[in-house]
Amino acid sequence: MKDLLAISDLSGEEIKLILDTAEAMQEIGERPIKKVPTLRGKTVVNLFYEPSTRTRTSFEIAEKRLSADTLNIAVAASSVLKGETLADTAMNIEAMAPDMIVLRHPSSGACHLLARLCRSRIINAGDGMHEHPTQALLDAFTIRERKGRIEGLKITIVGDLLHSRVLRSNIELLTKLGAEVCACGPRTLIPTGLERHGVTVSTSVDEAVAGADVIMMLRIQQERMQGAFFPSVREYFQTFGMTTARVARAKADVIIMHPGPMNRGVEIASDVADGPYSVILEQVANGVAVRMAVLYLLAGGAEASD
Amino acid sequence: MDADRIGRTLTRIAHEILERNRGVAELGLVGIRTRGVPIARRLARAIAEINKHEVPTGALDITLYRDDLMRHAVGPQPVVRSTEIPFSIDDKKILLVDDVLYTGRTIRAALDALIDFGRPKSIQLVVLVDRGHRELPIKPDYVGKNLPTALSQSVQVHLQEVDGRDEVEILES
Repeated sequence: MKDLLAISDLSGEEIKLILDTAEAMQEIGERPIKKVPTLRGKTVVNLFYEPSTRTRTSFEIAEKRLSADTLNIAVAASSVLKGETLADTAMNIEAMAPDMIVLRHPSSGACHLLARLCRSRIINAGDGMHEHPTQALLDAFTIRERKGRIEGLKITIVGDLLHSRVLRSNIELLTKLGAEVCACGPRTLIPTGLERHGVTVSTSVDEAVAGADVIMMLRIQQERMQGAFFPSVREYFQTFGMTTARVARAKADVIIMHPGPMNRGVEIASDVADGPYSVILEQVANGVAVRMAVLYLLAGGAEASD
Repeated sequence: MDADRIGRTLTRIAHEILERNRGVAELGLVGIRTRGVPIARRLARAIAEINKHEVPTGALDITLYRDDLMRHAVGPQPVVRSTEIPFSIDDKKILLVDDVLYTGRTIRAALDALIDFGRPKSIQLVVLVDRGHRELPIKPDYVGKNLPTALSQSVQVHLQEVDGRDEVEILES
């Protein structure tokens, strides 16, 4: 494997290898010296074309714990503002011979373009409405840690299904590992063809969460919405917001997840986000270990077939 | 070496450890994954049988410290397993345990890894088999058996806990 572009490129075995490796990486974060020399002398460029706190910080911490040299390019302060194209920016960075590029970009497929142009390994940190593979991996890691397995679990995903790259990566991953996935949201925010991926689609939260082992909330992505998808934020919360009463319909040991950033009072009530079922901050903590695993596994030699 | 031999050897090493280290309270055993770990646990049991003291035991994975990680252009990365050292190694006399001592590069990596966990009072090296051919200035403190080998041979240690049987064999390749 040269790059990590999408979960759809990974086999179940490869996903398990990443999760197992992440388990070993987790222990490094608990040491007095949170650093191993593994990626000494490797250069990793974090190229972010969209705002990000969690993902960028998480990648940077992961890179530093593995002793890589990291540099961050925030587009707001770069030549992109002067009109440089993604391909040109990438070729210029490539000329300085980094080993890996972590890319976040608002256009779907931007990572695939870079992977074709660059010799460096490319890691997708979210491309448009396509995929966000490391988020799905850390979600799976969190579920596995809490539930001991993924196979056979009922996992309900609620929110803005249409604009969500987190949803697409998670559906790919969770169905590959044998979970029963139910996606729920307003009819205007349901993309076509979800059923073809083996997902049950529902427009009733109360039905969708019934008996769920895991409830995964998705953010309402107002910045991507051109047009009116629902009457008001207030009405959205009334109809789809995760409240204590709705959580009570799920299994007694349900866990509530959210990839962040959260809109409190829009898709999730504060008392649920901060409540006993919430594993939202665990997800953030696990993100570092999962990204360390991805960086480590990609840094090795490519398969002969590549 | 068969199962009996391995058993007697480990009992002997347990005695040697106690002889050389007065005050078992300061001792800690750390096995290098994979097969150093069961050997360390067996040594802990042997020491407990002799003087009723439980020596704390941990497991160290050195994959992330290897000096050959990024040298191969082809092939997947070696599997990383977890390190579990459930005690503080600060000011302890650490007994580092591995099955076969060969080039010494594993031990070099293990020393680097251990130092990241604290500052032990001392580190002593225990190996079941020393097959020679060192590439680094590393010397064991306790040796189960010296096995002179040719570079073309390989030494394979099988342990009940991992392989379902106790045996040390030399393979021609």
